[in-house]
Amino acid sequence: MATRPNWLMRNHKIFEKHTFILIAGILVVVAIGGLIEIAPLFYLKNTIEKVEGVRPYTPLELAGQNIYIREGCNTCHSQMIRPLRDEVERYGHYSLAAESMYDHPFQWGSKRTGPDLARVGGKYSDEWQKQHLINPRSLVPESIMPPYAFMEDRKIDLSTIANEMRTLRQAGVPYTDDMILRAQDDAKAQAGGDYDVDSFRADYDTLSGRTGTVNVRDFDAMRGDPSELDALISYLQVLGTMVDFSTYEAGDLDNKR
Amino acid sequence: MTDRLPEIDTHSGVETTGHEWDGIKELNNPLPRWWRFVFWASVVVAVIYWILMPAWPALPGMQGHTTGVLGQSDRADVAGEVSAARAARAALGAKLAAQDAASILKDPELSQLALGLGESAFGDNCATCHGAGGRGAKGYPQLSDDVWLWGGSLDAIEQTVKFGIRSGHAQAHVKDMPAFGRDDFLTAAQIDDLVQLVRQASHQTADATAAIRARPVYDANCASCHGDDMRGDRTQGAPNLTDEEWLYGGDAPSIRRTIFGPRGGVMPAWTDRLDPATVRALAIYVHSMGGGE
Amino acid sequence: MAAGVSRAQGADPSTLTVGLILLVVLVFGISGAANAVDPRFGAHAWMLTIAAFAWLAGLLIWHEESEPGQRFDKTYYEEGVVKAGVIATTLWGIAGFLVGLIIALQLTFPNLFYFPDWGWTNFGRMRPLHTSAVIFAFGGNALIATSFYVVQRTCRTRLAGGMWPWFVFWGYQLFIVLAGTGYLMGISQSKEYAEPEWYADLWLTIVWVAYLAVFVATLLRRKEKHIYVANWFYLAFIVTIAMLHIVNNISLPASVFGAKSYSLFSGVQSALIQWWYGHNAVGFFLTAGFLAIMYYFIPKRVERPVWSYRLSIVHFWSLIFIYIWAGPHHLHYTALPQWAQTLGMTFSIMLWMPSWGGMINGLMTLSGAWDKLRTDPVVRMLVVSVAFYGMATFEGPAMSIREVNALSHYTDWGIGHVHSGALGWVGFVTFGALYCLTQWVWKRQKLYSNALVEWHFWIATLGIVLYITSMWVSGIMEGLMWRAYNEFGFLSYSFIETVSAKHISYIIRALGGGLYLIGALIMAYNLFRTARGDVPAEDRKNVPAAPANLQPAE
Ligand code: HEC
Ligand code: HEC
Ligand code: HEC
Ligand code: HEM
Ligand code: HEM
Ligand SMILES: [Ca+2]
Ligand SMILES: [Ca+2]
Ligand SMILES: [Cu+2]
Repeated sequence: MATRPNWLMRNHKIFEKHTFILIAGILVVVAIGGLIEIAPLFYLKNTIEKVEGVRPYTPLELAGQNIYIREGCNTCHSQMIRPLRDEVERYGHYSLAAESMYDHPFQWGSKRTGPDLARVGGKYSDEWQKQHLINPRSLVPESIMPPYAFMEDRKIDLSTIANEMRTLRQAGVPYTDDMILRAQDDAKAQAGGDYDVDSFRADYDTLSGRTGTVNVRDFDAMRGDPSELDALISYLQVLGTMVDFSTYEAGDLDNKR
Repeated sequence: MTDRLPEIDTHSGVETTGHEWDGIKELNNPLPRWWRFVFWASVVVAVIYWILMPAWPALPGMQGHTTGVLGQSDRADVAGEVSAARAARAALGAKLAAQDAASILKDPELSQLALGLGESAFGDNCATCHGAGGRGAKGYPQLSDDVWLWGGSLDAIEQTVKFGIRSGHAQAHVKDMPAFGRDDFLTAAQIDDLVQLVRQASHQTADATAAIRARPVYDANCASCHGDDMRGDRTQGAPNLTDEEWLYGGDAPSIRRTIFGPRGGVMPAWTDRLDPATVRALAIYVHSMGGGE
Repeated sequence: MAAGVSRAQGADPSTLTVGLILLVVLVFGISGAANAVDPRFGAHAWMLTIAAFAWLAGLLIWHEESEPGQRFDKTYYEEGVVKAGVIATTLWGIAGFLVGLIIALQLTFPNLFYFPDWGWTNFGRMRPLHTSAVIFAFGGNALIATSFYVVQRTCRTRLAGGMWPWFVFWGYQLFIVLAGTGYLMGISQSKEYAEPEWYADLWLTIVWVAYLAVFVATLLRRKEKHIYVANWFYLAFIVTIAMLHIVNNISLPASVFGAKSYSLFSGVQSALIQWWYGHNAVGFFLTAGFLAIMYYFIPKRVERPVWSYRLSIVHFWSLIFIYIWAGPHHLHYTALPQWAQTLGMTFSIMLWMPSWGGMINGLMTLSGAWDKLRTDPVVRMLVVSVAFYGMATFEGPAMSIREVNALSHYTDWGIGHVHSGALGWVGFVTFGALYCLTQWVWKRQKLYSNALVEWHFWIATLGIVLYITSMWVSGIMEGLMWRAYNEFGFLSYSFIETVSAKHISYIIRALGGGLYLIGALIMAYNLFRTARGDVPAEDRKNVPAAPANLQPAE
């Protein structure tokens, strides 16, 4: 039997005898992979496709996304259609990175207990969405989705929404001063309230670069200030509807990855 | 005490490293050969894969990434597959569009294909509202019966599916019943009477005197849509009020609720979501569910 | 402390610094409660206030009553905090399994287990409660308790930092309570395994840095020249989790007095950062940390040397280097650029052998003591955990192959994979360690009942088998159904048909989970009786005196 320790053992001593060298070794080794994979996503220009139509969420939609996050809808629903034939045929065009560029954080999900929601916008009526959220099994008897009846008579708290948009602006979402200033009115306007709809629509259309991405109506068919259902349904109804796929060039060099 | 001299483990005959912690020692066994072999094999597999597929990103200040000698791309692949499937379907769609319902259903090959596609699309897109097999639900008409709001011919169904009802699409069916109660066109008493009239017309227990009182009100306000005979009007999507089939229920509260303010049920437009062949196939599928005309 | 103050009377510096931190928390809590912009944050601010106040009071009482000379006596091991950790691990484990069972039942019998008026009971809020309870509360406490025990023994020195280990323990429990109650109230960042909001994240950062400091200071104080391999793994786990946690949770609070924050990163970048974190939470929390447990408890329990020192070195460094790259296998076929997916897949494949290095070292350590598998059910538990580890780390690389992932992703197959790792590996190695620790820190010659360990082992094993086989069936079935085409080339099944088809599997899964929970309850009973000093009737006559927890001399 060999008695002389081999190269590995002789040299590994330095890590075993010096706590800080061991820590430094660990840190270097675990930093490399992340840096090489993550950093390029910030400097490679083709990470996010060039498309028309993606705009930041309106205040009402943003409040809706907050509820979506609060309720953990992402634990059952993905928002990421993969470029596989069956998914494209079932759910629609595969999802682009551009479509979630204003999601802080992303809502792609990892489990499909329920169907993908990336393109659910416009698929159903508001009334259906409302009834489905309140009692999914009244429409789909085999459903295993939870009921969200309590949302019906809860108004959304609009007092924090401007602040939230300001915070998102710091994270890079291009909200304008006007949008933030008018946030509460815009939310009410979008839910069918008696507020200035025109400048609201115009501002978001401008950011979107196309018209028709803003839905204005009383989503839950209950008058008065927007309820949680108004907010959540407005969010669901805009999902996947922003990009104008007629102008999307999949083969474009910038979009090829 | 730690760096003891290596000793030989009596059981295995392998020497230890001479280290000991809380009674735990270490043997100095070499790496298993198979372990090393499989590890390096996995590295070789990885390197081959990097050569073939998109793999390494460009350094900062540069753009792009290694694209791999295969130049494979998921997005290009799926686009190819889907367009091939679409093309096959387009041919089917053209054939379906060129013929009327009767002749399609007579052609076994064509009808099977259409029904296969229709059934496939129905499950995820329509059954959520109209129920499995088109059995319907409150507010969502049954499609497997022969009661139609907007018509049960193949073309009428296709029209409905394409553009929807109150869907916001420019070509959608839109005809809203006035909000007789909410907008104060009628008094509560008049509405109560109308409820009795509708119940009487549909052969349910009803207050006959109230129904008689309601008749002139009906003629003035409702007949233009639901018809003098109360049998509805398909050009306006006004349901027949004399049958037992209800969109929202035939009990008095449901009827009162409808007259008070319309429900305005929305059927989405599918023309932007599904390709023409699929829409046509859906129409054929719905048509064949039992009530097609 | 200033030299003028007599040591005997002066405040203990570690207690004082902990007290100061608690004061800051108290101030934050009170001002948060007074200014809260949303009621849910207000509830948490109150909770912080009460916790900090009670904790401070506890510190004061302890300080007044303890003999200054006996505080943190360096000639003894600190075992109180290990005992607390054993209790916490057991209780959180039961809570986490129970919530797991509830959510399993919700997916099986929605009409019985959903309560329309109680939003907080919904699946979407309970699921993170389950994952956090089992990973962070159960697993995390197991890691903290065992690491505190192991580092002392293998360094032959008392834990450093005086009051600080206790700060780590209680601070960590506070984090868990904040996280769990937060989910139920609807406070979540929606990032899997990192759902707690910014203030809970910050608090965990403080606790974690304290944990690192205690651990490193203990290592620095060691009386052994070499650092034992278990401690390399613990150190890698603590350091890397700190890095992952901090980067993944960078977010901007909308208000200092509100719960809501927005991640600084969005879309595809936030996705990759999240799964860089998420995958390595598996790699460093659920793997490296538990390998550390294995590296101490298996050789100790079977009284055999670790099989190969060289393998320890090679698989340690290769494991931690390669793990970090594998995150993108959670994002196959998504909008993440394909080059990154390639890297994730290939590094996952290369991860197979480094992972198995740990399994080989664990299993082969038994050579010369295989009979213990039969005679000591605790050893069996430890060894079976290593076998499940081997299985999960074979299945993982297989699922990382893009073509396989196309089928498995989004389905119950993933859930099956998770639980073969979680129930089999993480759960069983923890149970083994808990049996050992309870016996050792409460100075018992034997466990209260080996027969109950047998029962626990078999019931739980049956539970795991039911769980993972049912999930393989339902996962592969739904994956195949989603992509099934009929003879005309059209999709065969609607989504809801795949939901219905899984019902039977879900019943079996719930059954398996129920068995696993029963096993844990049996363990808790056994541990309780052991800690209390009960011995089986037949052994009552000859119980030897308990050994002291004094450190062995040179
Ligand atoms: C327990 C898992 C679960 C949770 C949590 C859940 N869902 Fe669902 N969801 C389902 C299932 C299963 C279906 C399919 C059956 C159905 O339509 O009800 C579904 C269907 C849907 C649909 C219809 C999608 C389609 O294309 O048919 C929408 C929209 C939806 N859910 C929204 C939500 C929202 C919003 C939330 C959170 C507030 C949520 N879901 C939470 C399981 C869940
Ligand atoms: C959001 C729910 C919803 C979905 C999804 C939906 N429908 Fe409808 N559909 C309705 C409603 C509501 C009506 C009745 C509208 C009214 O009240 O006049 C209707 C009416 C119809 C009619 C007219 C029935 C008649 O009596 O004239 C047909 C045909 C039809 N739907 C077919 C389909 C098909 C095919 C699909 C799938 C591609 C589909 N529907 C999807 C809600 C829906
Ligand atoms: C402008 C046309 C119009 C007029 C006028 C009208 N209706 Fe209607 N009615 C409809 C339409 C369209 C529907 C389909 C329901 C819906 O989607 O709103 C309907 C539905 C109904 C229903 C529900 C049927 C069901 O199956 O649930 C009742 C009952 C009814 N109408 C009664 C009346 C009475 C009574 C009056 C007069 C006071 C009236 N309608 C006037 C168009 C009209
Ligand atoms: C009684 C035992 C358990 C039961 C019944 C149980 C049940 C469940 C259920 C029903 C889910 C949700 C699956 C879905 O969304 O479809 C889940 C998820 C999860 N559980 Fe468990 N579980 C148990 C024990 C554990 C343990 C011990 C751990 C970890 C140590 C664990 C870790 C997880 C993780 C990480 C997930 C999320 C998986 C993912 O997102 O892919 N579970 N569990
Ligand atoms: C070589 C080791 C491993 C590899 C390569 C690996 C790989 C994978 C892959 C490919 C997925 C599926 C991702 C998806 O499609 O969504 C996954 C999920 C998961 N694995 Fe592993 N796995 C390994 C070991 C383990 C072990 C030991 C555990 C211990 C518990 C574990 C826990 C998990 C969890 C919790 C998830 C679910 C993540 C989520 O979606 O929420 N894995 N793993
Ligand atoms: Ca409203
Ligand atoms: Ca967090
Ligand atoms: Cu992973």
